[in-house]
Amino acid sequence: MTPLTALPAPAIPKSRIASLRWIVADAGVLLRRNLVHWTRKPFVLVYSLFWPIMVVLIFGFIFGSAMKVPGGGDYRQFLMPGLFGQTMLFGAVTTLTIVTNDVARGVTDRFRSMPMSSAAVVLGRNFADMFHSAVELFLLVLCGLAIGWRWHHGPAQALAAFGLLLLLRFSLIWVGIYMGLLVPQEAAGAAFIPLYPISLLANTFVSPSQMPVWLRVIAEWNPLSATVGACGRLFGNPGRAGGSWPAHHSLLLAIAWPLLIIVVFMPLSVRRWRNLGG
Amino acid sequence: MSTFALTAELLCKRFGKVNALDGFSLEVPEGTVCGLLGPNGAGKTTAVRVLSTLIRADSGRATVAGFDVSAQAAQVRYRIGLAGQRSTVDEILTGRENLEMWGRLHHLGPRGASERAGQLLEQFGLTEAADRRAGGYSGGMRRRLDLAAAFMLAPAVMFLDEPTTGLDPASRNEVWRSVRALAAGGTTVLLTTQYLEEADQLAHQIAVIARGRVIADDTPERLKSLVGGDRIDLVLRDARSLSVAASLLERIAGTEPEVDGETGRINIPVTDRTAALLEVISALNQAGIEIEDISLRRPTLDEAFLYLTARPQTEETPA
Repeated sequence: MTPLTALPAPAIPKSRIASLRWIVADAGVLLRRNLVHWTRKPFVLVYSLFWPIMVVLIFGFIFGSAMKVPGGGDYRQFLMPGLFGQTMLFGAVTTLTIVTNDVARGVTDRFRSMPMSSAAVVLGRNFADMFHSAVELFLLVLCGLAIGWRWHHGPAQALAAFGLLLLLRFSLIWVGIYMGLLVPQEAAGAAFIPLYPISLLANTFVSPSQMPVWLRVIAEWNPLSATVGACGRLFGNPGRAGGSWPAHHSLLLAIAWPLLIIVVFMPLSVRRWRNLGG
Repeated sequence: MSTFALTAELLCKRFGKVNALDGFSLEVPEGTVCGLLGPNGAGKTTAVRVLSTLIRADSGRATVAGFDVSAQAAQVRYRIGLAGQRSTVDEILTGRENLEMWGRLHHLGPRGASERAGQLLEQFGLTEAADRRAGGYSGGMRRRLDLAAAFMLAPAVMFLDEPTTGLDPASRNEVWRSVRALAAGGTTVLLTTQYLEEADQLAHQIAVIARGRVIADDTPERLKSLVGGDRIDLVLRDARSLSVAASLLERIAGTEPEVDGETGRINIPVTDRTAALLEVISALNQAGIEIEDISLRRPTLDEAFLYLTARPQTEETPA
């Protein structure tokens, strides 16, 4: 075999702008990798979309028949913001699974031994996950429209609600990355175990006003309730107007909670990334 | 000072109660292949992870390609390639797409990356399989694809952590050929292995590591002769002649042979390989002792390792 030829290394970027361009370009390469995965393994995407659709049908028609919305109104109108929120929450598992896989397969080690900014890797993850979530949300909206769910306050408020949902998802990417760097690959599947109660102990499927007091307080302060409550109001869907402080200030909390999560988990993730395995 | 591509000076690294590295020192001259040989848990992977900037040592100093691994990690990363124990191959992408992705992450640009991917595929013998999904590759092909990705920028120093563990013999030979090609191109290679034969085949220098420290560091020839060189294994047809055979063999080898009474197996170290083999056969023949099986083999890592760790440590222990 002939010896391998050498190759001059590309110049290290000198200015801030140049290194920022590198970061964005790298993130774009990683996004493309994910898109190729989805097109070649569409089943993964289909499977992740099948779940919320099934839940729409189960809760909308099976449990929904027995549900009463406080203040009156159609349960399916009440349900959809809750399902949007739950889907955003469960998205954290998608992030976590991919991160643990990359660590287990040594892809993360390769990244870390390369002259590549950790910001690029994380940004690539962000691009891909936000794209995935937006598609998921879009299909879920179509599904909701099909079963009679509507927004009543015009497109601007509806868009604001979708923005809040994606903001929650964005903040949870950081939780997913941090947890993904923390737990072993075998534990990734178990991530659903804490997420189920979190998604139910909120205003997603049942109004907290119908819960016992101690549960109600927890459910009302759940960050997911803030986003779901704010979306319910922006869409003009019934049943989440409740008189408690967090329910009253759901719009404020729907912005404050994700920001707090980002402020806590972004530095944690970056530090964990730098010190991985050491 | 930089005739050494890699230096490590008294590196220490603790994980909880375990001293993974405990005064690890090593010097590897430029353009050579160093085999870091040791059993599982000896600290091989930790050494590679410290030297490739993935983790920081608790104490000690190390340089790679002339740069300090902790103070100048970014500089080091421009000059190294790493192929770990786990394959980073993306199974859904084709071999070519895998390399193009790594090329673009190394900022070669779309055209540069695709050109380089073509070169690497050819050099690592993957051109034919280039446009198939890597999920269908054999173990050896995956390893070679991984090596090719690590070699993207033709780094000054390549770290290969157990490059052939888990491969069948044919795949192992393919990987060995690739490592030799890297070395022939002037790349310094640090490879870890559990197999003395592998280090012997590839390395100019073998460092034996135990409990986080290099306990022997020499050329393969000198290290092997230190351990007693090659061995003859033989099994007698009749176990009752074991003691007679053992004393005959002791006269030939000059040392007491190892005798396993249960299996009727005798093992002696020899220096003059084939001459010793002929001598043993004729001596046993004349004494009328029948041989069931006889073979000439290299010392195993177990034997080398037992010998080296049993040896009194003359070097003073670092504080």
